[in-house]
This record gives sequence, C-alpha cells and structure tokens, in this order.
Amino acid sequence: MAEPPRAGRDPRHATPARSVGGVPPHPEEPPPAPEATGPAARPGRHPLPGPGPGPGEHTLPAEHTLQAEHTGLAGHTRLVERLRTLRCGLRAYGLVAAMWMRSTMTYRASFAMTALANLAATSFDFAVILLMFTHVDTLAGYRLPEVALLYGAAATAFGLADLAMGSMDRLGRRVRDGTLDTLLVRPAPVLAQVAADRFALRRLGRITQGLLVLGYALLALDIAWTPLKAAVVAMMPLSGAVIFAALFVVGAAFQFVAQDAAEVQNSFTYGGSTLLQYPPTVFAKDLVRGVTFVVPLAFVNWLPALYVLGQPYPLDLPRWLAFTPPLVAAGCCALAGAAWRAGLRTYRSTGS
Amino acid sequence: MAEEAIRTADPVRTGGLIELDGLERVFDVRRRTGPLRREKTRVRAVDGISFTVSRGEMVGYIGPNGAGKSTTVKMLTGILTPSGGRLRVAGIDPSRERTRLARRIGVVFGQRTTLWWDLPLIDSYRLMHRMYRIPDARYRQNLERCVELLDLGALLDVPVRQLSLGQRMRGDIAAALLHDPEVLYLDEPTIGLDVVSKAKVREFLRDLNAERATTVLLTTHDLTDIEHLCNRVMVIDHGRLVYDGTLTGLHAIAPGERILVVDLEHRLPPIEVAGARPVRVEGPRQWLAFPASASAAPIVAAIADGYPLVDLSVREPDIESVIARMYSERPAGPVRPRGSS
Repeated sequence: MAEPPRAGRDPRHATPARSVGGVPPHPEEPPPAPEATGPAARPGRHPLPGPGPGPGEHTLPAEHTLQAEHTGLAGHTRLVERLRTLRCGLRAYGLVAAMWMRSTMTYRASFAMTALANLAATSFDFAVILLMFTHVDTLAGYRLPEVALLYGAAATAFGLADLAMGSMDRLGRRVRDGTLDTLLVRPAPVLAQVAADRFALRRLGRITQGLLVLGYALLALDIAWTPLKAAVVAMMPLSGAVIFAALFVVGAAFQFVAQDAAEVQNSFTYGGSTLLQYPPTVFAKDLVRGVTFVVPLAFVNWLPALYVLGQPYPLDLPRWLAFTPPLVAAGCCALAGAAWRAGLRTYRSTGS
Repeated sequence: MAEEAIRTADPVRTGGLIELDGLERVFDVRRRTGPLRREKTRVRAVDGISFTVSRGEMVGYIGPNGAGKSTTVKMLTGILTPSGGRLRVAGIDPSRERTRLARRIGVVFGQRTTLWWDLPLIDSYRLMHRMYRIPDARYRQNLERCVELLDLGALLDVPVRQLSLGQRMRGDIAAALLHDPEVLYLDEPTIGLDVVSKAKVREFLRDLNAERATTVLLTTHDLTDIEHLCNRVMVIDHGRLVYDGTLTGLHAIAPGERILVVDLEHRLPPIEVAGARPVRVEGPRQWLAFPASASAAPIVAAIADGYPLVDLSVREPDIESVIARMYSERPAGPVRPRGSS
C-alpha cells in the first residue's frame, strides 16, 4: 500500500544508539491506521517523513485518540483505504507490466512472430464465420453484419481483458513453486502484481481483429441509429472487458484452493468468449440461462447487442437489461474482489 | 487486498525489534486413506515459539528440514498468518499490515530469485527504486555501495539468466537492501555457492551489520555461516525452540565432531593419530573424526608426517547431527534458556 518512504530520517544513517531511542517523537508522526487520510493519500512524491523507524518512537496517547476517531469513521476510512489500494495497485501494475514489455523486447524476432501468429489465429476464427455465410444467408435468424456485431463486441471485450490480466491462470503454478511468496514481500497489492505477470503486448492482435470486425459491422448494419444505441455499442466492449476481467480474477482466486484449475478457468474465459461470438438462438435454452444468471456472460454482448439490433431476447427478459452491463460489471468486480481476498486469506493460512 | 491498517495499540513496548510470544502455526493436513475417506491430521509446524531480537543483532535460525524454520520466517514477513500467539516486527503486526511492513524489511529467498530473468541486473534495481519509492539520492547511494562491496559493477548490464548462482545471490542481496530495510531475512543465502562467493557474501553481511546496525535473521544449513556471522543462534526442532544462545554454548551442549577425509597414495590400514579416531576406510580414502572444538592443523600435520598424503578435506558437523547429539546428551526437554549472549 502506498506509503511514503521514511524520507527524512533513516535509522541506518544514524548511529545505532540514536536510532533506538534518541530521536524525539515527530509531532506529526501518524500512527499506522490513519495513513489513509495521512500523507499517503496525497499523490505527491514524498511529502512527509512517514512512520518513524523505531518502535520506541510512537507516542501512545496520540495513537489512542486517533484510533478512537477512527472507529467512528470506519466506513469512510475503508473506502479511502480501498481507493488508495487501487491507486497503488495500478501503479504497481504499470511498473511490472513495463518490465515484462522490456523482457519480451529482448527477443524481438520471437515477439514479432508471436504477435503475427496471434493476429492470424484470431483472424481465421472470423474467417470460419465468413465461410459459413457464403453458403447460408442467415444463421439462426441473424445476418452476417449482425453476427459480426456480436463477434466484434465479444472479441474486443475479451481481448481487452486478456491483455490486462490474461496471465492470471499462471497463479496456480506460482503457488506450487512458491514464487508467490516473493510477490507477497513487496509493498504492492498482490493482485496487481499477479495480473501484470507476463504482460504481453502481442495480445493486442486479438483486440485489433475484434475492432476491425466491429467496424465492419457498424458500416454494414442497416439499422436506425439513435444516440442511445450508439452509447450501448460504445459501452459493450468496455463493460464486457470488465466482466471478463472479473472472471479471470475469480478463476485465479479458485487456484489458491485448487492449483491445477487453470483449465476450468480457461473454459469460462476463452470458452465463454467463443460462445458469445454466435447468436444466443444457436444454443440450447439451458445454456443461455446459465450464461445469463450464473455466469453473467450474456451481459457482455448478447443483451445489449440484441437491443441495438432489435432482435428478440432469448429468455423473455425485459428490454431495459440492455443498459445494465455496467452495473453487472461493477457487481462482478465486487464479487471477484471478495473471492480474491478469500483466496489469498486461504493461502496465507495454509501456505503451499 | 485491503488489509486493514489497524494496529492494536501495544502497551508494553519492550526494546525488541522482532518479538514473538507463544507464536503458533497449525496446519490441517488431509490425507487420503481410502477411495472416499480422508483423514485430517493437525500438524503443529510452529508450536509456541517465543523470542526477542534486538536492533542490530545477527541471529542464526537453524534446524533440520521441516522443523518450522521457513514457516516462522513466512510469519515474520507477513506471508503467513499465525494461528496463535503474538508477533511484532518493528512494532508492526506482519500479517495485518503486510505491505506496510514490506518497506521496512528485506527478504532473500535462497532458491527463488526476485530478479528479472531476461533483463540486465540494473533493470531489476530500477524496479525496486520505483516500487519502494526510494528517494533518488538514497537509491543512488545504496546502489553504489552494494555494487562496490558485492562486486557487481561488471554485472549490472548482464541479463540475470547469464549470471552464475553466486553472482545472482549477490544480486539478490543487493536488491533486498536498496530500500534500507531495518531487518534482513536470509533464507539459505549460501546454499550452492562456491567457497569464494560464500566468503564474499559473509563479509558483506558482517559489514552491513556493523555499519548500519541492520538486524539480520539467517536460516541456514551451513554451521560455518553461523560461525562467521552470528553471535547468537537459535535452534528449532519440531516447531519448538530447543536452544537459544551462543554457538560456543551449542557446541558445549552438543559437542559435534568434524570429519577429516584423507586420500592416501594407496590402501593402508586405518590411520592412527592422536586426537582423531578412524571411522571408515574405503580403499585409499579414510575418514577420521575429531572434536569440532579442536584444531585440525596438528592432526593434519601428524598425518602428513607419517603417511603418503595426496589430498584431504574437512567436513563440518551438520545441523542434523548437532541436534541429534543435543538429544542424546540431554534427553529431557528444552535445553536451557538463553543466557550467554
């Protein structure tokens, strides 16, 4: 979590005797709990000296008063704390991701080849659909541009999530070989460090392809556009990406318990994105129910896109559900966060 | 993960930098006993350990495999949550405020590097610089010092995957020290290193402790590490602290034997020499045991005088044998409180 380093004074630059007890308590020295509202909440680099070096330095009375204040503001503090963790996490994510980008750039040829292969592989994916439409005019009631909209939205959403946290399924391996411990002793949220693990720009290939298909769909579609419909289309890839990202986190959290569950996770993430690339009318009702109410994948593209296309909903659902993906995404994030914390707690009480 | 930054106000502030009071860690181990039946057994990996380490101490934490050493270190670094007892490091409860503690401790896991495999060594340090938000001037100063003392100058631009084990270990130690930790935990820092690298690492740690009063807690299998570095040694076995005192005191309780391995020109009957007893003969190679407290020099001289000596080496007593002796000398219970340091 973001604390300023102990900028001003340093126990090891002082003589040992001084560092043990000689330094008078700093008048502004914050006790640990109020950090959220203390210097660390400020984005500035290192504005204040942080908590003192020695245990002997804390002034007890001040600590008690501040602690009492805190119980009163618990809810507020908690929120501030969460936001601070989030900011610190994003920063750590950026740092670690940058390291991985540099790492991949040490093998330039390999990077170029995997990036191209990635783009090619995902392109073939859509080529199959194109091929299908050379023989039929509609697929379960959907024309090509309509399927392209579904495909493009799902592929872009999944591509974004995959770029941001596609390596989270490696967590099980880190738990097994113990390298997770090296992340736990760093002053940054573990989720951010794990999410940025093996960050790979080659995954931009999938996003590029998704956006191209989406662009084609928007040009080819023959529908009466309204501002609301345009907004829904713009929203789809983003809220969809968040839903997929939450799935990645839940899957990773599960790997704290079952370390070889990477394939289960993949069936939901990669499998789910493939599923969403086709119209819901292709699938059995029970499967559609499952991805609507159990794993809310239908909110990634089906429900909003069907509204835009004016197609009937598969399960007699109300039309306004088309506008709920951001809420569903937020809910998914909350659940994923809880699952992650529970998983990490399990790890920290059982070890590997 | 929002660990709540709550610290229970601690009314008793003793001088210790690391304080353990009845620390416990219990694991439930499930074992399959039948196709569907599973048996749950409780393993007390750490079973009520109490000790205090003052600022500036250098402590060896030793014990056989599975004794609970790394479980203790994991709790001290906040990786594992204790199941009982009280624990403070620099006044912080590690499991509750793991990330806050992280800024004040350095950890080196002997077999798991924190360095970036494909990138030059210096890149890993730059990451530490930013992740720990080390002020620029202090970072430069600490890096310069580590580079000089750990002899890393020529290695900074070399990708980590090309470093030798010893070079990487030195690199890891430097990475753990850039943010000026008050406590340094070293888990088997000399494992697998050659003699020269070992000496370099030990010398550096000694200087660090002397100049900066950095508290060092060292788990090791190598009693020589302890001999060179630590004025205090704690022995843990079956999750309990069985000895806490000086190394000399440990040798007094459990007099270890060193082994002299002698290669002769040809097969001979067991060597007879004062101060050592033959334990094994295998062709031209012979093993002689002598008390760990005695010097090897007169024995070697006597052998060189009377026998066609080709080569020889001395093996230090290992921790397992020291502990085994500890029990055989004093079969009943814990060995004596800490007193002599």
